Amino acid sequence: MNDETVAPDSIDLRAEYEGSGAKEVLEELDRELIGLKPVKDRIRETAALLLVERARQKLGLAHETPTLHMSFTGNPGTGKTTVALKMAGLLHRLGYVRKGHLVSVTRDDLVGQYIGHTAPKTKEVLKRAMGGVLFIDEAYYLYRPDNERDYGQEAIEILLQVMENNRDDLVVILAGYADRMENFFSSNPGFRSRIAHHIEFPDYSDEELFQIAEHMLTDQSYRLTAEAQVALREYIGLRRLQPHFANARSIRNALDRARLRQANRLFTASAGPLDAVALSTIAEGDIRASRVFKGGLDSERKAAMAGVK
Amino acid sequence: MRITQGCFSFLPDLTDEQISAQVEYCLSRGWAVSLEYTDDPHPRNTYWEMWGMPMFDLRDPKGVMMELDECRKAQGDSYIRINAFDSTRGFETVTMSFIVNRPKVEPKIRMERTEVDGRSIRYTHSIVR
Repeated sequence: MNDETVAPDSIDLRAEYEGSGAKEVLEELDRELIGLKPVKDRIRETAALLLVERARQKLGLAHETPTLHMSFTGNPGTGKTTVALKMAGLLHRLGYVRKGHLVSVTRDDLVGQYIGHTAPKTKEVLKRAMGGVLFIDEAYYLYRPDNERDYGQEAIEILLQVMENNRDDLVVILAGYADRMENFFSSNPGFRSRIAHHIEFPDYSDEELFQIAEHMLTDQSYRLTAEAQVALREYIGLRRLQPHFANARSIRNALDRARLRQANRLFTASAGPLDAVALSTIAEGDIRASRVFKGGLDSERKAAMAGVK
Repeated sequence: MRITQGCFSFLPDLTDEQISAQVEYCLSRGWAVSLEYTDDPHPRNTYWEMWGMPMFDLRDPKGVMMELDECRKAQGDSYIRINAFDSTRGFETVTMSFIVNRPKVEPKIRMERTEVDGRSIRYTHSIVR
């Protein structure tokens, strides 16, 4: 904001909201992401705060750049990365980051392999993220309590320093599973105090997962028959009980495999020409053939049986 | 003697804000920005010391400015220049280069004339501190 411009007397928040483009981002979020009610509420609150903060700035009231670093906690496949991407867009529209790109990294990108390797590596990533959002997936891996000479600590120190000194230049989002992030924060109090927004991502309900599945299929122009829909609902219920359930990601994988089986079925069974409907229909059998209906992978089933005995 | 090499060298020294704006321009053209420093500004000294790696995937000039600050801290009394490398096939060369830091006292460049083959003259330049 230029100091020379005369501060206006009043400001229309509604016009600001629509003019800044924040509205489109929030509507996109509502439309494209199913469920995640608490997350959407928190993002809307954050957007409101930032808008008011910006309006205050324009009126020349005392303001301080709010701390925007966030932590996203939740189980795998609950949409953390997708939301981070939207968040970057939102912050850019509201003018809190200059470029609005998302740099997504994990421990490997930050931590080096020998002494003196970590600092340049971390700085490299930070330079790349300047003007945008740095998304650190599975951030708790940065800290390894079992190895006191681990280079992760060095990366953490550089990160903390930049999070404090370059608050205007980049926003850091840490993501990971809730319980392990909790551990991470309690052993690195510096992080907790520098992060203002803790957003929790709840698991999806069966109904939401089904909607997500339909959404994914529509995007790829596939459709389910009525029986296949029933089968998919059953599949979701069963899959949840089995190990390594990763919410939307599991569903995406399941659909990928169903498409594989559909293609194979069409290839082996078809005798004549196929029309568009046949090519885009996933039948009950394509889903029922999944191992989930037989109780999971062979190895896991055996392990579970052994556990029972 | 004020050394004039690269862009903007006949203008007053650029402020950090102006440097940042120039870097922004370089990045917007997709050029890779790098920093180099030297204490020997002889026109024939083409290759200066590199300050770190060229920065290939930046989006924002802030990253370059951070490196420049570091470089100034370590090499404050040297010449520092910013190079922008265009990797477009067919160019593949430095397309822009400008000095962003000068030593407090700049050396002089002296021209020497040598008579050879009768009255012919050869010219050479040397740095005088």
